[in-house]
Amino acid sequence: MSFNQKPKVAHPSVTKNKEGLTRRDYEGALSTLCAGCGHDSVTAAIIHAIWELSLPPHRIAKLSGIGCSSKTPTYFASDAHGINSVHGRMAAVATGASAANRDLILIGISGDGDSLSIGLGQFAHTARRNVNMLYILENNGVYGLTKGQFSASADVGSQLKKGEKNPFGPIDPAQIAINMGASFVARSFSGDKAQLVPLIKAGLSHYGFAFIDVISPCVSFNDHESSTKSYMHTRENIHEAAHIDLIRDAQTITADYQEGTTKALTLHDGSRLILDKIDTDFDPTDSIRSLTYIRDCARKGQVATGLLYIDRDSIDMHDHGRICDTPLVELPMETLIPGNAALQKFQDILH
Amino acid sequence: MKPTDTSNPDYYHKVVDCQWACPAHTPVPAYIRLIAQGRYTDAYMMNRVSNVFPGILGRVCDRPCEPACRRRRIEEKPVAICRLKRVTADFKEDISARLPKVPKEKNGKRIALIGAGPASLTVANDLLPLGYEVVIYEKLNTTGGLMRSSIPAFRLPAKVIDEEINTIIDMGAELRLNTPVTSMKELLEKGDEKGHFDAVFVGCGAPMGKELEIPGRHDSENIYVGIAWLEAVAFGHVHSIAPRVLVIGGGNTAMDCCRTAKRIGGENVKVVARKPHSMLKASEWELEDAEEEAIDIITNHSPSRFIVEDGVLTGVHFESVEWHKDETGRLKSKKLDDVILPCDAVILAVGQENAFPFIEKDIGIEFDKWDLPIVDKTTYQSTRAGVFFGGDAAFGPLNIIWAVAHGHEAAISIHNYCRGIPVEQRLPRGINLVSQRMGLQEWSYSNDWDAAKRRIVPHLSLKERFVDLKLEVEKGFDIDEAAVEAERCLNCDMQTDFTHSLCIECDACIDACPVDCLTIVPNGSEEELRSRLTAPALNQEQPLFVSENLTQTGRVMVKDEDVCIHCGMCAERCPTGAWDMKKSIVHIPHAEDYNEN
Repeated sequence: MSFNQKPKVAHPSVTKNKEGLTRRDYEGALSTLCAGCGHDSVTAAIIHAIWELSLPPHRIAKLSGIGCSSKTPTYFASDAHGINSVHGRMAAVATGASAANRDLILIGISGDGDSLSIGLGQFAHTARRNVNMLYILENNGVYGLTKGQFSASADVGSQLKKGEKNPFGPIDPAQIAINMGASFVARSFSGDKAQLVPLIKAGLSHYGFAFIDVISPCVSFNDHESSTKSYMHTRENIHEAAHIDLIRDAQTITADYQEGTTKALTLHDGSRLILDKIDTDFDPTDSIRSLTYIRDCARKGQVATGLLYIDRDSIDMHDHGRICDTPLVELPMETLIPGNAALQKFQDILH
Repeated sequence: MKPTDTSNPDYYHKVVDCQWACPAHTPVPAYIRLIAQGRYTDAYMMNRVSNVFPGILGRVCDRPCEPACRRRRIEEKPVAICRLKRVTADFKEDISARLPKVPKEKNGKRIALIGAGPASLTVANDLLPLGYEVVIYEKLNTTGGLMRSSIPAFRLPAKVIDEEINTIIDMGAELRLNTPVTSMKELLEKGDEKGHFDAVFVGCGAPMGKELEIPGRHDSENIYVGIAWLEAVAFGHVHSIAPRVLVIGGGNTAMDCCRTAKRIGGENVKVVARKPHSMLKASEWELEDAEEEAIDIITNHSPSRFIVEDGVLTGVHFESVEWHKDETGRLKSKKLDDVILPCDAVILAVGQENAFPFIEKDIGIEFDKWDLPIVDKTTYQSTRAGVFFGGDAAFGPLNIIWAVAHGHEAAISIHNYCRGIPVEQRLPRGINLVSQRMGLQEWSYSNDWDAAKRRIVPHLSLKERFVDLKLEVEKGFDIDEAAVEAERCLNCDMQTDFTHSLCIECDACIDACPVDCLTIVPNGSEEELRSRLTAPALNQEQPLFVSENLTQTGRVMVKDEDVCIHCGMCAERCPTGAWDMKKSIVHIPHAEDYNEN
């Protein structure tokens, strides 16, 4: 942590987005995480992405649970809405927020403990309902806040600082998300912003549950030689399946990409996802091939990253429930709760 | 790009833009920190080592440091470096015990210095502690050269000049006032009544005002040459001037002339310059001061003749002009109109020239086609061994701080020359780097950004200042204002020093940097690298820092030093200590560093 707030002064070349804001305007409070924490890099990537997308801060809601990761929302977009909820329950709160106001841009931040241990059920059901949100899991394989015990995402045989080996197999949140019905699943690394920033942008542009598992090393408890979630180990074993770029302005798309390895996908909001496949036998629109691909990589000790799965035609929770387009919070009370007479009428129809 | 060699003393020195820009390389951030700590005497002494005359320069320096100040790249106004220097002089305690000690036993070498201005006095200051016998020849009846004769006392009071010059004279220089050197040949061959001189230093300035030979120039007595007129006012030979005054010229001398005229009878004083406002040679702040005193500055007017009727000057005929560049890029003027400006007196401030009437042509001291001596730019030696030049006498009119810088270098040459060592043999500059880490997130210096705006130095009110010609207009900062201004300094000498082998490429420094200085990228050519950084590196004059290949990915850490505010956030957020804040202490060798061994 630092004692001094990051000075407000900026580089003279700093530019403003369509909202009239600079990247610095999307910053938040001073980080109290350890120096070198991957989570701070994720924060910087989020700031970069939401600035580039010109998201108005008042439309963003930041949600988190408990853990080092869950401090993240404090460190970006101070002008946005935010809630720091109960341990593992961020997904439920996000579901509620989405139900009440479907116009909100929901950014949920969680960790491997918050999502894969105490909150595994919450996480699975939110993916299953395809709640329209971006869900970032900052994954470091360790409980940093309680001084470095193994978490549910730690690999078999991975060691703690003092040498204990992890006997249990890891839970891979990306596989769970795909299995549960998430419509956008990606994995990235906090030390690779060139990959992470476009993924966050794509996740925010995607309609439905967008999930990004970010390997985010814990410098204090899990960045040693026998860790499989260290900076070094991640860099050595990362395997990018497909690189993506998000293009919002249709006119800027040029056709200079190679047929066969590059593919353009149009998203729900009209922006285009340029997918540059590194492995030609990989297809992120096919969930079964995607799962096979991830498992193949894992077997070889590799970490598959990039956009792993996308379903552009999925429908979200509101569509399932045939809920009106107007956010519920904006409906007048008499429309939202039409009263006893209307209820009686409705029940008469049912009988 | 090749990895940057930070052990080269010039690399980090260039990051301290103010110090790099100062001809005498005054360690600006270091003395400003001393001011912030209230250690005015220490700050003064630190200044004195580099620039010898902190009190004088704190008032009238041309301040090459301020345009260079990094603060200007972040916000508009630089740190008021010059005025902070004055603070050290204003609030210092007795320094006599801390001055260089002069040995009782001399080394037997005798040096003649011609002119008692800043260049000669710097040579004396450097050589006296080494045991030299120093004789200063001065044609006037007082010391200081142009500092006293052509800078008006309302900008630079005599007591300030006296104090700093006496410090040097009191070290044992023999001062011969009213003693112009009439023959260099005689001085070199015969010496004086006490004997031969081992070396001669010419620091007699550029004492001649340039003439303006246009019709009518010699038809009236009310047309004065600026430098000479200022000297006459300074020494009390002239006490008044006619009410309507035109000053012709656009440099700092013109500003001194018009403000002086305003104080001794000039009611309607105008400065008329040939060039447009943006090209005037006068410093911005001197123009501001003149304009504040209700002096009109008329630009784009080229004088063509003096109008003298029956021996009485009634006006000057000008051509108003506009300027454009021709095909070769040279500035050309085009006449627009005829303009007559009425006046009773004219002061010519169109430049200065060197004059060496006392140097014979056949004694091996060669001059170029502009009548300037041929002087080596490193050793300051002329074409005759043992004769050295410095200050305005060497390369034409410059500022006091240059004279000081020349003096230091010439003193080294003289010291070498007198010991039979080649004058070209110079010591290299050195640099020390010392970590400033005091704790996990604690630094020895005030690293937080201070958003304070530049403080304005209080001036005497317009009513008060014209009462007496010698009343100093600027009051200088008080201690509180100085403390606020001192905090504006970015401490550019607190270097961000990088150890590539420790870096784990976590990006924390890049995320923490408020001004986007840092990038980890694959290496490339400089031009291409500059375009690939977090923020574009546009200032081509500021070199990029490029590390050796990083251990995990083989990429390099690149730092654009240009707008770094030295806040230390990168080092604070670095988990491995790859970044550290280290104070750079640049060592510029002076004569005293050249020991016998």
